[in-house]
Amino acid sequence: MTRASLRRPGFAAALIHRLSGIALALFLPMHFIALGTALQGADRLESFLGLTQNGFVRTAEWGLVCALAVHMALGLRVLAIEWLRYRERTALVVSGCLATAFAIGLLFLLGGA
Amino acid sequence: MTAAVEPGATAALQVRIRRGEAVAAFTVPRRANQTVLDVVTEIQRDQDPTLAYRFACRVGMCGSCGMTVNGRPRWTCRTRVAAVAPDGDLLLEPLRNLPVVKDLAVDMEPFFEKWRRAHGYFEPGENPPDDFAVVQPDSAERREVDAGIECINCGVCYAACDLVTWNPDYLGPAALNRAWTLVNDVRDRDRDGRLAAVAGDAGCHSCHSHMSCTEHCPKGLSPTFAIAGLKRETGKAALRRLWKRG
Repeated sequence: MTRASLRRPGFAAALIHRLSGIALALFLPMHFIALGTALQGADRLESFLGLTQNGFVRTAEWGLVCALAVHMALGLRVLAIEWLRYRERTALVVSGCLATAFAIGLLFLLGGA
Repeated sequence: MTAAVEPGATAALQVRIRRGEAVAAFTVPRRANQTVLDVVTEIQRDQDPTLAYRFACRVGMCGSCGMTVNGRPRWTCRTRVAAVAPDGDLLLEPLRNLPVVKDLAVDMEPFFEKWRRAHGYFEPGENPPDDFAVVQPDSAERREVDAGIECINCGVCYAACDLVTWNPDYLGPAALNRAWTLVNDVRDRDRDGRLAAVAGDAGCHSCHSHMSCTEHCPKGLSPTFAIAGLKRETGKAALRRLWKRG
């Protein structure tokens, strides 16, 4: 049966938008927990931040920046279609969104992450 | 004059047709300018008269010959075999998202029922004017209508839509596209009722902008953008209601 739509850029855009949104939603509680440690003093926050100085967390941080950027770019695409009457060339626009997101991720890395 | 078969093409087509749970195989001679509908017709006339399918006009006007061709919904009367099966292999299945009556014929009733649920019919009101309405061809409303009015109800967009698969109550691209043309029809008197009909859980706001309808529409229409228009208008209508209530 029809499976071709799964390979379409519009479907890929919706899938990536949703998955990046879930990733951000999972991150937010952890972010607030980290900030909450500051309420118990600077030492507590510093010791918690010390735990994040390993390769896995740094890679996850890069992934998070990419997820945030791609979620924002694809969200702006949807808003442009729905509210600005933008008639897009889907493959081109979705590719642009993904490229922008990875460029932001690259800048994050080059910025001494 | 008979045109030649494309150079390098295979002499015969290997055609598989889904018939319920089973898939039947046929071999059909390749012919010049052959359409997928020609292939199905040849099989039914020469090899298996029990094969069920549907067609009427054969020229892309009636919208009754929609099928899934090699995994993609298409109008078969205007689909050349050479364009979709260069290696000579064809897999034909009924349209997705619709109940199968038999073989390649699907029941279109749910599709048209959703047109009714989306108020996809012109409503002249209690007291329609006696004279003709003047609609300027270059007015914004008329241009919006022009963009979606050529729909032939073939069901290809409906079969391509992932949202219909996930939520069988979803009105679907064709019904919402029709509703959008009527929202922009300055003669119509059911604008508020129509916007309310398409604003529900199974209405325009369920669209994820996958663009499958727009990419598969054989008439080159863009139901995605019609649905975006409905999202804007239903959003504005909701804000107006809030303003009045406040």
